[in-house]
Amino acid sequence: MEKTIIEIKNVCKSFNGHRVLNNINLSIHEGEILSLLGASGTGKSVLLKELIGLIQPDSGDIFVMGKNVTQMNEDALIKLRVHVGMLFQGAALFDSLTVFENIAYPLREHLDISENEIKSRVSEKLQLVGLKGIEAKMPDELSGGMKKRVGLARAIATDPEIILYDEPTTGLDPMTAQRINELIMELQKKLGITSIVVTHDLHCVKTVSDRIAMLHEGKIITVGAWQEIASSNVKEIKDFISGNICL
Amino acid sequence: MNLLLSIDQTIKKFLLSMGQVTLLTFKGFWGIFIPPFNLKLLLKEIDNFGAGSLLLVNIIALFTGMVMSLQTIYGLSMYGAEMYVGSVVSLSIVRELGPVLTSIMVGARIGSGIAAEIGSMQVTEQIDAMRALGASPIKKLVSPKILAGLITLPLLTITADFIGIFGGLIIAIFELDIDHNFYFNSILTTITVSDFLSGIGKTVFFGLLIAVIGCYFGLKTSGGTTGVGRSTTISVVTISISILIADFFLTKLFLMVL
Repeated sequence: MEKTIIEIKNVCKSFNGHRVLNNINLSIHEGEILSLLGASGTGKSVLLKELIGLIQPDSGDIFVMGKNVTQMNEDALIKLRVHVGMLFQGAALFDSLTVFENIAYPLREHLDISENEIKSRVSEKLQLVGLKGIEAKMPDELSGGMKKRVGLARAIATDPEIILYDEPTTGLDPMTAQRINELIMELQKKLGITSIVVTHDLHCVKTVSDRIAMLHEGKIITVGAWQEIASSNVKEIKDFISGNICL
Repeated sequence: MNLLLSIDQTIKKFLLSMGQVTLLTFKGFWGIFIPPFNLKLLLKEIDNFGAGSLLLVNIIALFTGMVMSLQTIYGLSMYGAEMYVGSVVSLSIVRELGPVLTSIMVGARIGSGIAAEIGSMQVTEQIDAMRALGASPIKKLVSPKILAGLITLPLLTITADFIGIFGGLIIAIFELDIDHNFYFNSILTTITVSDFLSGIGKTVFFGLLIAVIGCYFGLKTSGGTTGVGRSTTISVVTISISILIADFFLTKLFLMVL
């Protein structure tokens, strides 16, 4: 039986009276890549941020590695976040720090290791994302794809068990997007990392996902493998896949 | 009815903001004493707060002292007391103009910078990233700025006081042909330690206000680059008004205490 690493129970969230998430229930298994698919504004990123306590749900519970995130204070959340890496939509690199300092940031925050070890870890992670030797560059010297890969290197710096990807391929050219897709799969295969990918990029979903959960109007309307989603007769899913609704 | 509802909402919003600012002040101040201590970050903030504002503050102080001297000579000459220009100028600068003008200038320069810096980080998800990477934005961003404000604003005010008094001396020499020894002696017989302390004491609070208000509006930023611009403007206006309001109450307090 597959072990559940994240459990989302009856989660609701509203902003200014508008309900974004409506009674979400979802289990994520250890070592799988689950994609959260849905049109823009359906609450995918909100749900992702709720998993590590960056946003608190209005009601419901979220268990990450057995701990209820909704009941944790900031200190407890900080300890939990050592085990969870996150790649932000725009990479969210600290623009006043170099690439090296960006990737070293979580290592310095979480781990009591020597400067030499930090250097070797940063170099190793950069090599893993195919960007060796750019340690001294500033984020504004990098292209969009490079920023995403540096963001990914930073997210995996502490060797987390879970990685959350917020729109990892949005705004990238097809080749770079494919490289990111390969990286997501590589990390799962090599390190056994559990991944949650929030996206509306169907190619990304098709390529990387073990399972797909589709969000529509704040609710999860289906969970399953790509074949099940692609052959679904549910109108909303068919419309989304065939592009009949505005993304 | 709509008007009443609108007033009700405005009051609630104001009270909520006051609560949030108080909480941020408390957490930011507390963060100063929680390890690890990042000296490099603090020195960077002090450099930004202090060294970056030094020239601006001193130019303002020099011309304020000169204008004060001109106006005082004009006013006192009606009573034949223009020789006391040093006493009046120094008292005004040390007790009031030095601290308030320095704080307003630093507030406009640094407060807007803080709001823009943190606001940009907020809209580009860098604050979320900081939290996701296990760091506290309050400890990393707010606390060093508060400490820098508490340290640098009194120091800047001390230099502004001296430069302002020197500006007064230049005008006194040129307008009245006054002896500089007489000018300084009249200052020394007028200014007391409590005058000096009440002026400098106020700037500690002003430094706190500048840092906290700048950080607060930065962290509250939403709505992309337009939001950053809005936060910057609101922070400068709020800092300036807050300094003037706080100045009244602090002056009252220091008059009672010192």
